[in-house]
Amino acid sequence: MWNVAFAELRKLRRPTLFLGTMGAVVFFSALFSSLLFLLIDSPDGNSDRGRTVSRDILALATGGVQGFSSVGGFLGIIALCVFAAQTAQEYTYGTLRNILVRQPGRLRVLAGKFIAMKLFALVMIILSAIISISASVLLAPRAKVSTDLWFGVDGRHAVFTTFINIIISVIGFGTIGMVLGLLLRSPISSISFGVLWLLIVENLLIAVKNSLQDWMPGAQLAAIASGGVPRGMATGIEYSHALLVGGIYVAVGVIVASFLFVRRDVSN
Amino acid sequence: MSNTAISVTDLSKKYGERMAVSHATFEVPLGTICGFVGPNGSGKTTTMRMLLGLITPTGGTGEILGESIKHPEKYLPRVGAMIEGPAFYPALSGSENLKYLATLGGFSTNRVQHLLDQVGLGDRAKSKYKTYSLGMKQRLGIAAALLPNPKLLMLDEPTNGLDPEGIQEVRALLRSLANDGTSVFVSSHLLSELELISDYLVMLRKGEVVFTGKMMDLMLDQQPVIIAKGANDSQLATLLAIAEGAGHRAMIRDGAVHVEGPAEWALDFNRAAFNAGITLSQLTPQLPNLEETFFEMTGEK
Repeated sequence: MWNVAFAELRKLRRPTLFLGTMGAVVFFSALFSSLLFLLIDSPDGNSDRGRTVSRDILALATGGVQGFSSVGGFLGIIALCVFAAQTAQEYTYGTLRNILVRQPGRLRVLAGKFIAMKLFALVMIILSAIISISASVLLAPRAKVSTDLWFGVDGRHAVFTTFINIIISVIGFGTIGMVLGLLLRSPISSISFGVLWLLIVENLLIAVKNSLQDWMPGAQLAAIASGGVPRGMATGIEYSHALLVGGIYVAVGVIVASFLFVRRDVSN
Repeated sequence: MSNTAISVTDLSKKYGERMAVSHATFEVPLGTICGFVGPNGSGKTTTMRMLLGLITPTGGTGEILGESIKHPEKYLPRVGAMIEGPAFYPALSGSENLKYLATLGGFSTNRVQHLLDQVGLGDRAKSKYKTYSLGMKQRLGIAAALLPNPKLLMLDEPTNGLDPEGIQEVRALLRSLANDGTSVFVSSHLLSELELISDYLVMLRKGEVVFTGKMMDLMLDQQPVIIAKGANDSQLATLLAIAEGAGHRAMIRDGAVHVEGPAEWALDFNRAAFNAGITLSQLTPQLPNLEETFFEMTGEK
């Protein structure tokens, strides 16, 4: 398993993939966090879907990670694409047969690839956290947002919980990408299907029937990244609900894909 | 310890109603080069995939290096393979691709440069795989197969895309590996190549083994052929009639009469042709080569 993980890291660290992905993470993390502060007085809002995050909210202990939390869903989409592509390309390049001849334990192959991609995702999340929080700290004075609470115990706790939530969410998105890669065996098909579902189909379904948001996989993972809404709120998904439903989606996907991967003939 | 590198009994693979491999039974002795031949779609690659644990047989049993094919993890660390042509990551260099596979299999990456030199890719080690020619890709595939310092090497069409010099190098490499005790199981459509290097042969037709044994035994078992030509093509029919009249199987092919019969009969044939007023411009007794034997046995062409 560790041999597979180390081998995968050789592939994941190649400059085009690594620097390209990390470049996108830096750009979007800086963008999401900057807009929160630069557009704070804009009548069109300063957050996703035209929402306004006021100075009072940004001045709370969680204000420093508001931008990081907003970019969490986007990191999830990147992870889904990377995990799906890295898994499905073994079929399109025909390299899976090389891998299985050198490492016939198929579950070990899956586990090793998963570990390597999780490490890749972790680097992505750490980088995003550094950029988002740094941008917030730099831009807060200019937007006249108080940062006093950001550096207290509650502020540090907010950084920690947001970091953990985003890790869970990103790994969840990535796992769905890996499952799609194993099922569809084509990078283009698995990425297209995943991104179209998460960004368009789910939103359309939720727009038609709002209660569906409690059962959509992407909505659950996005809710985990943002920490969910407090219990009893009329709109939004509670954290514990998102964790349970999202976890079930991921677990079922992993079980089905692993079963197929272990049993399926490698004939391409 | 078993003295066979590969031993399969009744090995079968069925896709729907189609038998891709049907009750294949053969053995490959240790330390030999075994050619694996058959027309396209005869089940060669499917058999190799079953031996490498990539697909599950529908029936039958097999052993590789003394271990059951049900447990590929027990023998694959001692097996090198290139199946269905080379397959690598286009964005990685040749060297990086080999290091990836070495790390995956738990082998030392120190041998990578040596292997690249061995297959003539030493100076292109740092070039990306996607910039390689077909022949270079093939060489990288062979280098990858040699990574584990294998006891058994299984190669599917290893000379595809190679120029004559490359083919000769691969032939020499396989021979030197066999001399060092490595068993080689190699499929190729270049039958003349296999004839030159193989000690042993397994021949498939429509998923069934039609011959397995020593190459020498197969060739000696074949009926010699006498090839004869007259001064012009109009005399071929008369030559054919003479041969058939003497009780030999004969046919006209490639502008000559091919007669199955012992080499000594060539003298009688020459005399009979002369008596019929034909002066032969060619009279050659010869044993059929592997290609002709292959066509004869598989019913191809």
